[in-house]
Amino acid sequence: MRQVATAFVCGLLFGIGLIVSQMSNPAKVIGFLDITGQWDPSLAFVMAGAVAVFALGYRLTLRRSAPLLDKSFALPGKTNVDKALISGSLLFGLGWGLAGLCPGPAIVSSSFGDPRIWMFIVAMLSGMAIVRMIRQRTRG
Amino acid sequence: MTIVNFTPFSALLGGALIGLAATAMWWLLGRIAGVSGILGNAIGARGIDRLWRLAFLAGLFSAGLIAIAAFPQAVHFSMEAGAAASIIAGLLVGIGTSLSGGCTSGHGVCGVSRLSVRSLVATGSFMAAGFLTVFVARHLL
Repeated sequence: MRQVATAFVCGLLFGIGLIVSQMSNPAKVIGFLDITGQWDPSLAFVMAGAVAVFALGYRLTLRRSAPLLDKSFALPGKTNVDKALISGSLLFGLGWGLAGLCPGPAIVSSSFGDPRIWMFIVAMLSGMAIVRMIRQRTRG
Repeated sequence: MTIVNFTPFSALLGGALIGLAATAMWWLLGRIAGVSGILGNAIGARGIDRLWRLAFLAGLFSAGLIAIAAFPQAVHFSMEAGAAASIIAGLLVGIGTSLSGGCTSGHGVCGVSRLSVRSLVATGSFMAAGFLTVFVARHLL
């Protein structure tokens, strides 16, 4: 229960950060990606602020043997660069540049009353489901 | 290139809040705050593994809801993409983040902070693809 409440508060804080930084504003994201035109460098500062804080928080936390509310730290298992990493990232960047939306901001802005956000989210969940289905088939 | 709409202070502040939320997730729960992974795994997981993920997503959703209800003048939202582009973009983002195992938060913020080679390659790749997409869409088409 404590873990669930903690995750909720973390999500809330994360979402506030996305709104304050305007990462949840597609026009702002497109403005950042439009490097050869009318460029808005703000999102580089979002990235810098977030990385500076987490780089420190991550390292300080690793002095502990376990997180405060769980038994162990969970890090992604994969460490090698493969084709799926690069092709997936390129596809993600294509979609990000097309609409100015990525997963976190899409969820945050889903209550703003614009139906295109929900179209994006349903399509995104479908895309995730497609990859999961293909992976299950090729494994089994 | 001309620089427009630059908001460095709110960007840094918002970014620091994102970093703080990611730090709290790591310090308290030992989890990486990667939204695409949390979303993708919320469906397949069971029990507490599903609950904390749904709670994180509910927190994200509530942040938007509270902001738009209580401080609408502080919420900036403007979107150019039409319905068809939004659907295609959503599909690409869903497929891409599943294949690469992360998005702007998991790879771009958390992975880059940890100097994970996979995340540095992923972030370079999706940034490059994003710059190229906007260049083609805005200046060539």
